[in-house]
Amino acid sequence: MNGLLSVVRRLGRAVIDGVWRLGFATRFFGLLLLYSGQSLRRVHLTIREVYFSGVLSLLIIIVSGLFVGMVLGLQGYETLQRFGSGDALGVLVALSLTRELGPVVAALLFASRAGSAVTAEIGLMKATEQLKAMDMMAVNPIARVVAPRFWGGVISMPLLAALFSAMGVFGGWLIGVVLIGVDEGAFWSQMQAAVDFRFDVVNGVIKSVVFGAAVALIAVFEGYDCTPTAEGVSRAITRTVVSSALAILALDFVLTSFMFRGQS
Amino acid sequence: MSRTTLDLWVGFFVVIGMAALLFLSLKVGNLASANFSESYVLKAQFDNIGGLKVRAPVKSAGVVVGRVTNIGFDTGSYRAEVTFVVDTRFQFPRDTIATILTSGLLGEQYLGLEPGGDVEMLKSGEAVQITQSAVVLEKLIGQFLFNKAAEAPAN
Amino acid sequence: MSSESSATLVQLQDVRFAYGERVILRGIDLDIPRGKVVAIMGGSGCGKTTLLRLIGGQLRASGGIVNVAGQNLARLSTRELYALRRRMGMLFQFGALFTDMSVFDNVAFPLREHTDLPPELIRDLVLMKLNAVGLRGAATLKPAELSGGMARRVALARAIALDPMLIMYDEPFAGLDPISLGVIGQLIRRLNDALGASTIMVTHDILESLQIVDYVYFISEGRIVAHGTPDEIRASADPFVQQFIHAEADGPVPFHYPAEPFAPSLLGPGAA
Repeated sequence: MNGLLSVVRRLGRAVIDGVWRLGFATRFFGLLLLYSGQSLRRVHLTIREVYFSGVLSLLIIIVSGLFVGMVLGLQGYETLQRFGSGDALGVLVALSLTRELGPVVAALLFASRAGSAVTAEIGLMKATEQLKAMDMMAVNPIARVVAPRFWGGVISMPLLAALFSAMGVFGGWLIGVVLIGVDEGAFWSQMQAAVDFRFDVVNGVIKSVVFGAAVALIAVFEGYDCTPTAEGVSRAITRTVVSSALAILALDFVLTSFMFRGQS
Repeated sequence: MSRTTLDLWVGFFVVIGMAALLFLSLKVGNLASANFSESYVLKAQFDNIGGLKVRAPVKSAGVVVGRVTNIGFDTGSYRAEVTFVVDTRFQFPRDTIATILTSGLLGEQYLGLEPGGDVEMLKSGEAVQITQSAVVLEKLIGQFLFNKAAEAPAN
Repeated sequence: MSSESSATLVQLQDVRFAYGERVILRGIDLDIPRGKVVAIMGGSGCGKTTLLRLIGGQLRASGGIVNVAGQNLARLSTRELYALRRRMGMLFQFGALFTDMSVFDNVAFPLREHTDLPPELIRDLVLMKLNAVGLRGAATLKPAELSGGMARRVALARAIALDPMLIMYDEPFAGLDPISLGVIGQLIRRLNDALGASTIMVTHDILESLQIVDYVYFISEGRIVAHGTPDEIRASADPFVQQFIHAEADGPVPFHYPAEPFAPSLLGPGAA
């Protein structure tokens, strides 16, 4: 009886903690938006963060995109040619990349490459009292440190996702057309006939913007909220990667069901 | 790293990101080839549209001339009402026949327009009068079996 | 404002503070006169750093009044608090330098954030501040390349970048070798007099502090237990002060953290 009671008590405390954190996260997001004006006016702060989260993620995005596209080319052709429609390889590669794999995989890579770095940076600044020192110098840490990192992520993410998709299509072309010998004309023309600008490309970009905002918000929040010790920072980094992945996949489901319901 | 080198890298990043977006829109997507900047709306009623979907292509002589924008149900005539847009470059006579066709045996369904010989052209908002419904495979098979059964006693 | 020019810069009246259930400060009355160096002393964990946070406005007191330059901190908006903080400099325990910037940029940070001065002028000002702490030659180094004492001096240069009216030090002597310790002590006194500022110094390094400060407050268990000028303190017969000066293990400040009697807990609950 006592054991059961303690389990219930612990569960209740976990729920209250969760709700409390969610409330804090919401207030934090509000403050972040409030102070964004201040920090966006000093545009070089954000450009710096675009460099750290965008430019430094270029290599992993390009290489992974290429390989994902090549795998799609191989597997897709393997399956399609059983139904005698190997020509539709371009459609398969392009649709899966623009709609799903581009935004989702790029966001997952972005979370583990740039998101974790942002959490680590802010967490260490907190652990070494740099944020408090800034606050004492009458410089708001949310405006000076957090907001530029958030917007840097939001700006970088759609560009990285587009690059990932483009590299993937290129990889699919490399395997399908160059290596296997699918007809080049059929590859591109079927792709162009099936991929719609508004429904596939724009929706993919919208997804990547949403994912970028989610990952960037989680990363800066976990860093800002972490326990200011070495252990606290490392746990915050883990949480960033895990919650980002969950958020990306859950948001992807929600967005997909809104965007592509009732469409072919 | 000095600020100018950093700016250069970020500029480079934005340029190739934009190039990737452009590639997706123009080469992968159909923004360039299927830009229906100016189009007019037509309607057609069918007994059965089969598996026709919104955004399915409208073709004439195999060339894409427009897209299906809406599929509704007319409670007055109990028929399906298909709304579609056609590029203004392509004008069709008033006695054009609209047919729901299938590309290949199991491919997607599309709306085919077969022009007639009328001198007057269809105007925006008008309905195509002569229509031919989708071929429903189940009905076709059913009919085939029925005919076979009807033939059997004669043998 | 008349209080702006009064002799007292910081005034605490019956200030109380608690983290949830844990009471840290139980009613502190304290005055910091203008132009003076005041030390707040006490054992580790007695609430000294909390006191600094309260004066800096990073924490809000749960009771009592904190007055800085005639303004009640509890009534200030964020904007007004920030305006006040521009006139305060604070030196954190381990310097809290921005690790992604050079020494020069660290010192230039408050100037760049709060003024629109041209780069040449900022450069001159920064080099002046660095010269004051004797580290002009280290301007291009990164914080990671500095020793503990040097990092503390750079942080000091940063804290005085905007010529504050109030400088606060959180454990300025912690973890320093005797030479660096003497250097920092001299700097604290010299900068206070040169800038015409007031200084609050939180420390437990009593011998070094008594040489440079004008007044000392002793805090224990959230209360002020003794105060006076260095000479009065040295002559004091107060058992707490005696324990502190002579570094005795047990006395008014107990060696043991509060606990239930030892014997029963050794023998087990059944024996009690």
